[in-house]
Parts: sequence; structure tokens; C-alpha cells
Amino acid sequence: MPEQLLFAMEVTLNGLMAGVLYALVALGFVLIFKASGIFNYAQGVMALFAALTLVGIMDGQIPFAHIINAIFGTELHHFGWHVPALLAIILTAGVMVVFAWLVQKFIFSHLVNQEPIILFMATIGLAYFLEGVGDLMWGSDIKKLDVGLPQGINDWIDITTFEVFGYGFFIDNLDISATIVAIILVAALIIFSQYTKQGRALRAVADDHQAALSVGISLNFIWVLVWSIAGFVALVAGIMWGAKSGVQFSLSLIALKALPVLMLGGFTSIPGAIVGGLIIGVGEKLFEFLIGPMVGGATENWFAYVLALLFLVFRPQGLFGEKIIERV
Amino acid sequence: MNALTGGNYTTADGRKIGNTMMEMKNITLRFGGVVAIKDISFDINEGEIRAIIGPNGAGKSSMLNVISGFYNPQEGEVWFHGKKRPPMRPYQVARQGIARTFQNIALFEGMSVLDNVMTGRLTHMKAGMLSQMIWKGKAEAEETANREIVEKIIDFLEIQAIRKTPVGRLPYGLKKRVELARALAAEPKLLLLDEPMAGMNVEEKEDMSRFILSMNDEFGTTIALIEHDMGVVMDLSDRVVVMDYGKKIGDGTPDDVRNNQEVIDAYLGVAHD
Amino acid sequence: MFYRESGDFSTTYAEDNQTFPIKFDRYRYYAVLAVAFLVIPFIINDYWANAVFVPFLIYAIAAIGLNILTGYCGQVSLGTGGFMAVGAYAVYKLMTAFPEVSMLVHVPLAGLITAGVVTLFGLPSLRIKGFYLAVATLAAQFFLVWLFNKVPWFYNYSASGQISAPERDVIGIIITGPNTEAWAKYMICLIFVTLAALIARNLTRGSVGRKWMAIRDMDIAAEIIGVNPMMAKLTAFAVSGFFIGIAGALFFSVYLGAAEVGESFGIDKSFLVLFMVIIGGLGSIFGSFAGAAFMVLLPVFLKNVFVGLLGWPTDLAAHLQFIVSGGLIIVFLILEPHGLAQLWRLAKEKLRLWPFPH
Repeated sequence: MPEQLLFAMEVTLNGLMAGVLYALVALGFVLIFKASGIFNYAQGVMALFAALTLVGIMDGQIPFAHIINAIFGTELHHFGWHVPALLAIILTAGVMVVFAWLVQKFIFSHLVNQEPIILFMATIGLAYFLEGVGDLMWGSDIKKLDVGLPQGINDWIDITTFEVFGYGFFIDNLDISATIVAIILVAALIIFSQYTKQGRALRAVADDHQAALSVGISLNFIWVLVWSIAGFVALVAGIMWGAKSGVQFSLSLIALKALPVLMLGGFTSIPGAIVGGLIIGVGEKLFEFLIGPMVGGATENWFAYVLALLFLVFRPQGLFGEKIIERV
Repeated sequence: MNALTGGNYTTADGRKIGNTMMEMKNITLRFGGVVAIKDISFDINEGEIRAIIGPNGAGKSSMLNVISGFYNPQEGEVWFHGKKRPPMRPYQVARQGIARTFQNIALFEGMSVLDNVMTGRLTHMKAGMLSQMIWKGKAEAEETANREIVEKIIDFLEIQAIRKTPVGRLPYGLKKRVELARALAAEPKLLLLDEPMAGMNVEEKEDMSRFILSMNDEFGTTIALIEHDMGVVMDLSDRVVVMDYGKKIGDGTPDDVRNNQEVIDAYLGVAHD
Repeated sequence: MFYRESGDFSTTYAEDNQTFPIKFDRYRYYAVLAVAFLVIPFIINDYWANAVFVPFLIYAIAAIGLNILTGYCGQVSLGTGGFMAVGAYAVYKLMTAFPEVSMLVHVPLAGLITAGVVTLFGLPSLRIKGFYLAVATLAAQFFLVWLFNKVPWFYNYSASGQISAPERDVIGIIITGPNTEAWAKYMICLIFVTLAALIARNLTRGSVGRKWMAIRDMDIAAEIIGVNPMMAKLTAFAVSGFFIGIAGALFFSVYLGAAEVGESFGIDKSFLVLFMVIIGGLGSIFGSFAGAAFMVLLPVFLKNVFVGLLGWPTDLAAHLQFIVSGGLIIVFLILEPHGLAQLWRLAKEKLRLWPFPH
């Protein structure tokens, strides 16, 4: 097989893996948008915040050490203990639930019936707020996150592909585990929403708030629930991304890539988020590989957005949306 | 007088009815597999009040949407002022002089009553961007001239007091009236009213009937309306089209329709007295 | 009592249509103009010009531009940063290519070029609505920043990849470059912002403005009463782009002096201007000024309190600034989703009736 084609295949595979992470962030968006009509810009920052908190707990950092030191002139840094990864993840998930409850209680319960743009702006405010809180709690330096997932090149794939094609593919173990985790997560979400009482209530709310309310579903509870789930999804995405490239501010910007994913897949479709994520992941890697060198590279900055834009011009309802029939 | 052959007669109350203004020929409209309108033909004469009635889901609103260009039918022709109309966007239809109101009020909620009615004049306002930027000369003169026309309509519909109120704050009945004002402000040749009296109380219905009649009488506006209140329809309209499941099952004067057996079976029912 | 309109009658429609139909408002408006043009230039110093007045005036132009698109025409845009970059690079290319032509020509020309680019990126709005469009404008943001970074022609092949404004004057007064005096910077921005506000006001009170608002409130109904949606949307994009381009041109040439596209015109700029519009009030020219003032003053104020007063380290103050501005935005949206302009309107209502409660 020609070498160029093999490279392209390797790039495609890596793109798929990156796409899984996009899909994970997009999934958080979709969940909240479906259940409450809120376009949650803060989803990316939530992933960053969750990852920061996880690292902070694992390393036994003292939250808000900087500001305490500034006010009282102390020299606090760490508690001096280390928390095992699994326990830290559970604790962080707890933090995200508390966060969900606070968000619902102090923000969105006061913004019921506002226009979507107002809700959207509120989430941008939330993103800024959360970013500041994250930095203030845990410091803004780049942190390493290691929860014990396997890292580095997968030897089996490398050797097997070398034997078959004469060229070893470089696939990161971390990407493989991310894919597996993502699949488990999506499966769990589907089971939850199809087979549990809360899941049914969630789908009812997504369909029609008023009707759900009238059959006795507590909207408040559902919204806290959905923000918690989104917080958990953000945590998973944060772990994957943090393990890959360190926990830092740019993580929240990478998460913006979830937006074109949503445009492709439709704001309300979970399969759409997944397929859209994969398309964007593969598309931008391949584009950078094939066209990038001709135009100076770094096309990954915009490719996803332009692709989504062009796609929407021809199919405004997205991949999985129904055809829009306008009525008066 | 034979209503179905249309045109050129004087009504009992002395209004002049002119030639055929609009003619729908064999209109068929489908949404995917669903047939909303099936092979319907009828005409509207100049100066008349034409009603379209029928049970819910009969395709009345779809028919109005075809006339106003919102839907383009798969089959059939629309003739307006003796010319076949090519498929058009709704704004082009509006510029030909067809205005309408909506079943679920479609006002611009963020604007005042005055601004809403002024939007009805948009098809008549031609000042360019540059002139509007400096707001001298044509733009200002045009604004004032159109404001005068709008104020007349505001007077006519008796909504002077709420002129500068944001539309969002108005009660239902007044909103309906503002919507009528906006449609009327366009000085349309043909005015389409989609259930102008839905959700109104008796008093409001009387007001609205009065407005419809005097619009027709004073401005000579041709009116096509959809309405469920049979009393109103029979009193107001010159001719009635009856639709059921997308098909036309009756067409004629209110008396013709009232005695049409098929119409009675499908829609009017038998009076129990 | 403070604020009265009784005895203030309009006898013609033209009088009723003017910008400030109430005498009291009119006089206050003249007073503000007088202070802005005749008092501030004589007392302004470098700190006040650079920290407060110049950014305020320039952001006000950008906010007016975005408000026309988002507040009046209902098309949410997240591409403002990128569009400002177009204005900045356009004016840079014009300044360096035609040094003999006045800046008073270059800046509006840069606005026109931006209008063209923004209209191009506005084309998808004919098919895409709401948040989908907002995300689509992100494509413009990222693509434009990338473009100005990667194509050396835009920054005249300078080694640093930066653009820096050469010295230019208007009737002998230097307005760009390092030797510009504070009052000159202030004055040139003030002139542009005054013109921008007048033009925006005139456009929004006439038929063009009504077309935009009709599209915003209900696009289907707007089309059925005779508004061509394509024309209405594209004119909104064009006019918006014109103002945003002027703002970008001034931001680079008068305020920054030198700029690197990713740093000066990144996505943060887009959100900053959007915040101004929302906090000030969607669909209000006055709100654009109020929002710009608020968002410019907030960090200045916070920095003075945290660093100046409490003596905390600057990075801590920066984090707190994120928290406070994010929090304030949320509080604002909860208390008054229609922004400062609405608060101002309510205050006027109250003053009109004072001292009576109703």
C-alpha cells in the first residue's frame, strides 16, 4: 500500500479518537439544551473546573490558598496528603453535583421564562465566573493529571500494523481508553434515560415543560439532575483531556470545538453529537494533513467551524434534525 | 344574479362588485404524503367579502397561505388581476397589494403599536439608506407622509390611546385590532383575514364586524376571510367557499351554502329547535 | 417634578419623530455634548484617555454596530473580534499604501471594507437561524484571525507579525503613532462616535430600522407584510460591519498603536462587545454607550480596589476580576434582563411622577 494512504489512515484513526473527546463535550451541551433549552456555553469551563478540582483533591491542595495567603500573610499550600484517584473522582463528582445545585438555585431558577439569548448570556457569565473560581481555588499554573490510565503508544497495534502493512500505526493507549470510557458513558446514559423513572421524567421534560409539570414532575429536580449529569460528563471529558495535554486554560477553548459538532449533529440529538464529533475529529485532522501544509498550517483553528457552516447552509436542520416546516 | 359566474353586480345594500380579482385554478398542495388541499378552484371578485369556512383541519389556513405566497402549491395556478402569478416569495406577494392577518396573532412584540402599524407601510416607503442615515429630505418627508396615513387608520380602528404602548402589553382583543391596522396600513387591494374573531367576546366581535364592513365600504377593500362563527360569516360575506378534508364541497351565496346538503352534513349540522 | 413633559406638545409628526421629543431630554443631550466637546478635551490626561475615555468611545462604536445586528435585527454574532480585526488590518493597509490620504478617509473606508466582509459572512443567516447562526459566526472569528496571522501580506511582511500604526495627522494634529496627545486621541474618537450614534439613531427610527425589528420579532410575519428578509438581514450585517470596522480601525490605529491579531482581536473581544450590548440593553443606542462604559470601567475599578487599595498581587486581582464580572453579568441578567437602558427608562418614569407615587 502506498505510504501516503497509510499516513492518511493513521491520521483518520487519530482523528476518530480526538472526535470522541469532542463528542463527549458536545454530549454535555445536548443534555442541558434538551432538558432546559439552555445553550450552555460554560460546558467547556466546567470540564476545566472539574479537572482542576480533581487534580487539586488528588494532590491535597488547599483550596483558595492564594487568596488566604494574600489576606492573612500566611504561606499555605498543601494539606500534605494524596488522595487515591478513584476516591478523588467520586469527590469531584460530588463537587459537580453541588455545583449543579448552586447553578440551578442561584441562577436559572431566577431566569425561568427568559429568552434563550438571555439564558445563553448567563452561561457565558457563568463561564467567566467559574474560570475565575477555578483559578482562585487551585491556581492557574498548568497541572499534570494522571489517574492511572495507560499512556503511550499501543505496541500491539504498532506491531500488528507493521506486520500487515509494513508501517506501524501510532495510536495512543490513552485515546483507546478514552474511547472505551466514552462508549461506556453513552451506554449508561441511554440505559438511564430509557429504563429509569428519572430518565423518563427527563425525556418528558425535554419534550414539553408544561406537560411534564402538569403530570407532577419536578422541573427543579430534573434540571439539577441534568446539570449534575452534564457536570459528570464534563468531568470525564476533563480527565481525558487533562491526561492528554495537561490541565490548563486552553482546555476550555478546545471545548469550544464542541459547538461546530453540535451544529453538524443538531442541538438536540445525542447520536448527532457522537457522529458529529467523529466527523469533525477526522475532518480536521485529514484537512490539516492534506491541505494544511499548502496554506501554512494551523487550519485546525477554524476548519471545524467552516465545515459546520458550509454543511448547515445546505442542510439547516443538521444531520439528524427533522426537516423544518415553517408555519404561521 | 348568479354568484358563481361572478363579477359586475350590485349587492342588495348597494355596494358595487367588480370583475374577478383573483382566481385559484385547480390548486393542490401536499406536505410530503399529506394532501392539504385537493384540486380546489374558486375566485374572488373586486370589492366583495368572500368567506372560507369548514371544519378544523379542512385546509382553510393552507389556502390563505397559498394566496399570500407562503406555500407554493404543487399543482394549479393562481391568477391575480387577469395575470398568471409565477411562484413568488411572500414579500413579493405583499408588494402586489395582498395583506393579511394571522390566526395566532403575529405582531412584532418588541415594538410600539405605532411602529407595528408603520411596518404595514413598508411596501410604500422607498427612501434609500443614505437618505435615511442623514434623516433629511426624502427620508423625513416620507416618514411624515406615511405617518399621516397611519394616523388615519389608527383613528379609524379607534386605537389612538394605545399608540405608543409596546404591543406586548396589550390584551388579546386589542392585539387583534392592531394587527388589522397593520394589514390595512398597506392599503391592500386584497385583505386576507384568518379567523379575525377567534377568542373574542360578543362586544369585540361586533366591533370587529363593524370594522370589516366599513373597511369594505369606505376603502373598497376586497376581503377574504376565514371564520368559525357562522352568524358572522352569513351576515358579512357576499359569497362563501366551504372546504372539508382539503376539498371544496360548496360555493355560493350564504343562502346557497346554508341549503347545500353536503355542507350541512359535513359542517353546519342540523339545527335542533 | 424633576422631569416633566406636560406643556410639551408636538404639533407636527416631524416634531413627534425627533430623537428627543421631550424638551428636558433635549437640553440634557445638548449639555452632554457640550461637556464632551468643550470641557473634557481641555482637562483630559494620558491616564484618563488611555484607561477610560478612548476605549470607552471606541467600544461604544463597536457596541452600536453589534446592537444593530443583534439588538435590532436579532442576529446573534460572536464574530465581532474578527470583524474588528478586518477594520484594523484594512486601515493598516490603507495607511501604509496611501500615506498622503487623510485618516478621515481611511477610517470610514476601512469601515466599508469591513461591511463587505461582514455581509459575506452574513450570507448564511439566510438559511441558518438562532444559535446555529451564532456558532456559524464563530467560523468568521477563527478563520479571520487565522488568515491575518498566516498571510504575511496583511502585516506587510513585518518580522514580528505585528502591525503598528505610523504617524498620521489631521489638519496638522497628530492622531496616530506614539507622539499623539491624549486630547487628540480623545477628540478623533469622539467625532466618530458622535457620527456613528447619529447615523445609527436615524437608521433605527425609519423604515430600515422597522424592517430590522420586524425580522427580529417575527421573521415569517415580516416577510408576509412585505419585508425582503435577505435585504433586511444583509443591510443589518453591512451597517453593523461598517461600525465595527470603524471601531476596529480606531482601536488599532489610535488606541493600541500596535497590534497582534490573536491577542487584540480574539474571541474574548467578541464576548466583551456582546456583554456591552446585553448589559447596556438590546435595541438601544443609549444602552450601547451605557454598556461600553460599564464594561470599560469595571476592570479599572476592580484593579484600583484590589491592587491599589488592598495591595493584592495582580494575578489574584485578575482572577477576581473574572469572578466579579462573570457574577455581575449573571446578577444583571437576573435583575434586569433588558439592561441599563431599561433601568434608565424606569428611573425616568419615576422622576416624572415624583414626588407622587403614581
